[in-house]
Amino acid sequence: MTERMIGAPVPRTEDARLVTGRGHYLDDLGAGAYEVAFVRSPHAHARITSIDVEAALDTEGLVAVYLYEDLTGKVAEPLPLLIPHPALTHGRTAYPLAKDVVRHVGEAIVMVVATDRYRAEDACERITVEYEFLPPVVGIDKAAGGEHLVHADVPGNVAAHMVQEVGDAPAAIAAAPNRLELQLDIERSACMPMEGRGVLARWDEADASMRVYTSTQTSTGVRAAVAAKLELPLDRVEVITPDVGGGFGVKIVHPWPEEVLVPWAARLLGHEVKWTEDRREHFVSSAHERGQLQTVRVGFDDEGRVLGLDVEILHDNGAYTPYGIIVPIITSTQLLGPYKPGAYRVDFRSLYTNTVIVTPYRGAGRPQGVFAMERTMDAIADHLGRDRADVRAANFIQPHEMPYDHGLLFQDGRPLIYDSGDFPASLDKLKKLVGWDDFEVFRAQARAEGRRVGIGIGCYVEGTGVGPYEGGHVQVETSGKVNVATGLTSQGQGHQTAFAQVVADELGVPFEDVSVTTGDTRRFGYAVGTFASRAAVMSGNAIALAARKVREKALRIAGEALGADPGDLEIVDGVVRVKDDHSSAIPLGTVAVLSNPLRYAFDDASKAATQFGGNADPSRPPVAEDDEPGLEGRDFYSPPRATFANGMHAAIVETDPETAEIRVLRYCVIHDCGHLLNPLIVEGQVHGGVAQGVAGALYERMEYDENGQLLNASFMDFLMPYASEVPSVEIDHLETPSPLNPLGIKGAGEAGVIPGAAVLASAIEDAEGFPITRMPIQPSELFHLRRRHAAGEIPPLRRVRTAPEEFPTA
Amino acid sequence: MKPPAFKYHAPASLAEALDALDAVGHDGKVLAGGQSLIPILNMRLAAPAHLVDINRLSELAYVRTEPGGVTVGALARHADVERDADAYAAVPLLRQGLRLVAHPVIRNRGTTVGSLAHADPSGEMTAVLALLGGSVDLVRKGASRTVGAEDFFAGPLESCIEPGEMAVSAYFPRLAGRTGTEFVEAARRHGDYAMCGVAAAVTLDDDLRVTRARAAYLSVSPVPLVLDLTEAVHGATPATARWADAAALAVLSIEPEPDIHATAEYRAHLARVLTERALRAAAQRATSTDVERTSR
Repeated sequence: MTERMIGAPVPRTEDARLVTGRGHYLDDLGAGAYEVAFVRSPHAHARITSIDVEAALDTEGLVAVYLYEDLTGKVAEPLPLLIPHPALTHGRTAYPLAKDVVRHVGEAIVMVVATDRYRAEDACERITVEYEFLPPVVGIDKAAGGEHLVHADVPGNVAAHMVQEVGDAPAAIAAAPNRLELQLDIERSACMPMEGRGVLARWDEADASMRVYTSTQTSTGVRAAVAAKLELPLDRVEVITPDVGGGFGVKIVHPWPEEVLVPWAARLLGHEVKWTEDRREHFVSSAHERGQLQTVRVGFDDEGRVLGLDVEILHDNGAYTPYGIIVPIITSTQLLGPYKPGAYRVDFRSLYTNTVIVTPYRGAGRPQGVFAMERTMDAIADHLGRDRADVRAANFIQPHEMPYDHGLLFQDGRPLIYDSGDFPASLDKLKKLVGWDDFEVFRAQARAEGRRVGIGIGCYVEGTGVGPYEGGHVQVETSGKVNVATGLTSQGQGHQTAFAQVVADELGVPFEDVSVTTGDTRRFGYAVGTFASRAAVMSGNAIALAARKVREKALRIAGEALGADPGDLEIVDGVVRVKDDHSSAIPLGTVAVLSNPLRYAFDDASKAATQFGGNADPSRPPVAEDDEPGLEGRDFYSPPRATFANGMHAAIVETDPETAEIRVLRYCVIHDCGHLLNPLIVEGQVHGGVAQGVAGALYERMEYDENGQLLNASFMDFLMPYASEVPSVEIDHLETPSPLNPLGIKGAGEAGVIPGAAVLASAIEDAEGFPITRMPIQPSELFHLRRRHAAGEIPPLRRVRTAPEEFPTA
Repeated sequence: MKPPAFKYHAPASLAEALDALDAVGHDGKVLAGGQSLIPILNMRLAAPAHLVDINRLSELAYVRTEPGGVTVGALARHADVERDADAYAAVPLLRQGLRLVAHPVIRNRGTTVGSLAHADPSGEMTAVLALLGGSVDLVRKGASRTVGAEDFFAGPLESCIEPGEMAVSAYFPRLAGRTGTEFVEAARRHGDYAMCGVAAAVTLDDDLRVTRARAAYLSVSPVPLVLDLTEAVHGATPATARWADAAALAVLSIEPEPDIHATAEYRAHLARVLTERALRAAAQRATSTDVERTSR
């Protein structure tokens, strides 16, 4: 019997190719293409008064220069608002090239096409743009103040205002025996994939068709957008994602201006055109995330149970809202985590600022929400003098309460209903893994050595695998090899491996015989994209369903060939055989031959399949009326709603009493994403996520000055952590299957990052003995917080006041 | 991020390189390891019309240790210097500083003389040269001169190398007497430019009493800053010396600038903490292993 592949820690088959330099990324393609560079705004907010391209025109190798005025048809219209929402009353999107006004540093103004990128940049340098400065709106406070406007026709800079309410939270808080209010602040970071964005377009004049290669998280989305913008029939546009060097959310936004402009120019010039984003462009012209100010009011009983929770969020959405208000919606719903909030009210305003747009970055609004909730849990515990883990446990939704309906609407517009999870069991595992109950012993030992340590905890629930659908196509070739296609894209998730595992098990073929194609509209035209931890759930299940169809067809055809009842057959190692007579067998490749009667013979398999070769029943048509030629199947998976994964993290940190440097000593993760398709891949996802969580807590931030200049737009000053900064991650799993899908799985792609800022704030606070309300935090900031604490400006935690001997003096 | 066009020169000997530099004058720039120059070119922060690539000048790829100190040729990579046992024995501060210079892959390519010529006040080797009182040999077609560390650094990212001139070697003298050294720094990430760094040298007499204590600073001044802190600890033993007093003395002479990673106040605080740590460790070294070596 073949070993079961689903659930096995199968090493990723794609890695050898990718880590030995045999991948093909966007910039590896299109060697003869013209290349594009952009003149981008150096100012955060200004009116363009003149553009002088004269000096650039004699640049060697210059092909074309385009301004907004040169754009034609729908390309000259604003970019689409991809995800409209009734609460987004003042959605605004940019033009592909700035028209009149620029609203953030980095906004594209002039597109230059040249024979190579060097010359394109030479020409850019010679173009002069003159500006009339407008007051920049930078920072949430400035935006909320509304003194100056990012868009003249958006009062108060408010793009959206949304309130969701269950029960009467203000009344519940007012009536509660204990009340607290927290002011929290979380800063911007960004996806920063190793490969930036990039587009290559090839117009075929004879075929009147466009082929676009783009480093995207949704090739079908880009295809539809390019067809619409260039006014081409959908069947004349194909979009292919080559290897993609990471996405983390930024590449789900589409069409980016460049994804419209590059194909447009390729058609106009009758020549391949390519644009490869450089790192500086990525910093100032792609997308950021995270920035929010939060006010939390909570009422709770003496056990720490939350009776009412009222949260106000000011969300910085940057200069435009092409991706709608997905991020703050997720914050406001996923904030609840594994807890029952009692009465709940959440009110968010999404605000324009003169900064780079804000769209989902791995975690997508959840890290902020979890930060709010977990800071609140710690504050409650401290207020009551109770154990932080106990207070969380007191608020947990219990396993017998699943499915649990929060009475709110989630990001997909569907009810926020948790499908499964066992939060008490997860917490129990975490406490054991990190040694929660023994920590005070460790703290005492460390203190005796003059060291300062703290422990923190954070819990989250993550809606994964959101719809509307994905599809899969499975085809058995006459060689017995299996081709699998799904429309969503891959950015390093290991889809070749995971989906091949699914097909190997479902169809009964060797894992090695399965090859997977993703993100190629030539192979599969219907797809949504790879985001929201959805690929395994959506395409994994769709491919499983498609493989089941193929299996059914194979058993039917083999049954006819073997004179057996299909119900008596099994498929093992690519061979269909009678269960209790293994000598009666037929390889799947032969079944594929039988499935497709041919007129022509061109190899041995087709010889066997020609209509003149076999001894098919002459009274029946070669292909039955309700059948199709070929051993293949296609199916779709469309769930009623998202499936909710969860996890709990704990960290132990050490803070240097003198230098205020912060070091993560241990980082522990309990993770529950239902059945594990491949534990190695899941753990890899968690490791990468934790790295980004630590990054967002201790290292990365977008440092805008008051004029809207991004001061750290390079990897020299934007501190993505190295391997030397990321702690070793200890993981244990809980597998609570999802009842919503055939494989019983939940998404795992974002898990690791979500509670990072919350957990590390909790741990640093515990080490220092005073509240941490703003993340990320750097040593310089911790140094100043210590000073303020020592000066009495920041009160100590209550547990420090009750047991001062256990905590350091500042 | 592509550089503007430049003319590329690939001399095969020092003489050819000096000819090329002489011919191009102000428009020329020497390319050695390229770890700073190439990003500067790509970001179009500088646009020299000529690059003179000295990577074929194997005659300059040397680390030479003599009784008086270590001479490092212009094509010696940081890694060559860091791993040279003789150089370490003679001038331990070289390796102590080099292990803090970025990461191994950068040290494999970057050159020690190149980092001095770059004159970044947050560069470790600038502080090492300054603390040791070393010098740089500058050569031009038909002439040469030796410039001491105190005159070599003119300002942030500015050395005294003139158009047509090339730094061909740097000399790091061995410290006299029973002297120990240490290099400590605080950086946001391992290998980053330090928020503050301190190279310290402490000399003891035969009774193991401090006769001299000095420190050089990174990232707190426009050019490498060397402070003599002897007065705070003179005559004390490493165990009884009030290193904190020396650190407090040092901070009086430091006026750091703030940036996005550290406020000026925090940087000064780090300077105080790191001064104390570096001096204490340097003194410890002076009491033990350095005795035999310096008397040999």
